[in-house]
Amino acid sequence: MSVHPALSVDGLEVSLGGRPVLRGLTFTANPGEVTALLGPNGAGKTTTIRVMTGLLPVGAGTVEVLGRPAGDPAALTRLGLMPQATGAWSGIRPVELLRYLASLYTRPQPVDALVDALALGSFLRTPYRRLSGGQQQAVNLAGALIGRPEFVLLDEPTAGMDPHARRRTWALIRALAGAGVGVLLTTHAMDEAAELADRVWIMDGGRITISGTVADLTAGASLEDVFVAHTQERS
Amino acid sequence: MSTTFDGLDLSPAPGAAPRGRRVLRHAAVEATLMVRNGEQLILALVIPFGLLIAGLLFGERVGLDQTVFPASVLGLALWSTTFTSLAITTGFERRYGVLERLVATPLTRGDLVTGKALASGSVALGQVIVLTIAAFALGWRPEPAPAQIPIAIAAGLLAATTFACFALALAGRLRAEATLGLANLIYLVVAVAGGLVIPVAAYPAWAQPAVGLLPSAALGETLRALASGLVDPFPLVVLAAWLAASLVIARKAFRWTS
Repeated sequence: MSVHPALSVDGLEVSLGGRPVLRGLTFTANPGEVTALLGPNGAGKTTTIRVMTGLLPVGAGTVEVLGRPAGDPAALTRLGLMPQATGAWSGIRPVELLRYLASLYTRPQPVDALVDALALGSFLRTPYRRLSGGQQQAVNLAGALIGRPEFVLLDEPTAGMDPHARRRTWALIRALAGAGVGVLLTTHAMDEAAELADRVWIMDGGRITISGTVADLTAGASLEDVFVAHTQERS
Repeated sequence: MSTTFDGLDLSPAPGAAPRGRRVLRHAAVEATLMVRNGEQLILALVIPFGLLIAGLLFGERVGLDQTVFPASVLGLALWSTTFTSLAITTGFERRYGVLERLVATPLTRGDLVTGKALASGSVALGQVIVLTIAAFALGWRPEPAPAQIPIAIAAGLLAATTFACFALALAGRLRAEATLGLANLIYLVVAVAGGLVIPVAAYPAWAQPAVGLLPSAALGETLRALASGLVDPFPLVVLAAWLAASLVIARKAFRWTS
């Protein structure tokens, strides 16, 4: 097991087009735990994920993914990313996408077993663009797990899923953490964060406004109340 | 604590496949999707094939040179695949977050670009083979000088890479829909006014020096020289200069995310 945190973000500052988006963002995620990063739209969650994968440069501060600098190819191989929307060619079939992604790794998950576990069988040969939002998310989740990652980034993992798929995904996320995988979850579903997260970080305006375990944060109010109290609505 | 879920072993075991396999698998996926895309197939084969038929069966009536015209069509096919199709494909890859998604895999940016080049190159080679066979079947009889053959191959490679760099620069800056529209417009403009299909000598005298220095014209003239038995290495100089410029432009302009 790694001695490093799965993710360490310290004093991260990033500006886009001259506008500061992340302003001293500091948080961590550990192996074998589910960490929820919550924030309203525009809080900087997607920018944070893009910095973690090396798509955006670090302006100031440090970001270490699995003990390596953000964007380091050795870390990217050990990472699983489930994007919030799409993330696949419109004409590709799920079975083609999963076999292709599996071929990039030395010890991938068996595609058939992954298909069974995530109940993808009924739309395996349907072009990606014709899948429902929930089906696309299920395929994206399979894609994030196929390389047997040490750390997974799940961006709104259950958006658009029906209750059955949602429950299955929750069970899978718990099982991932149980197997030692670090999980970073971004979601707008407070019940999802409350149900799954070992630790919650709430961000707004590019920095963390409050953090703690779900039990700590919800001692006197619901997680949604805490979220509303520590973030601002944007017009 | 269990590490399994419905028969899956979830314990971490990441590892990158060898580079050659990554690149080849990526190229195979991209090539498959390009060939499967109906709109791109029209650009890649249907339009050039229609031009070949029209030119070789009826072109003599309007004074079309039956020896050099098919060579121009091959240049057009190369242009459509390595510029227009590549720009549109890449624009939508950015739009759909494909590039952003692939960053978090063992596929490096170098692997991705190499795989993309292999995919485009394979489709372009397939096009050239199919169209050449069709042209021969329709009666084309080129008279190549042996010395021009390596020149034409080098020009094809230089031109394809240059066109691809411009495609990536365009797709890396504009929205996918804008890339789609502009790439098709540029395809037509270059086909007509870029010395690709129409020999440079057929343009007004005042325009010939400028047209002759375009990469599209350099490719067209090289292929026409090949078909008509001439040897002309000068277009290679033009293409090499364009390649250097296009590499710099693509490197500066391309963005992975939308």
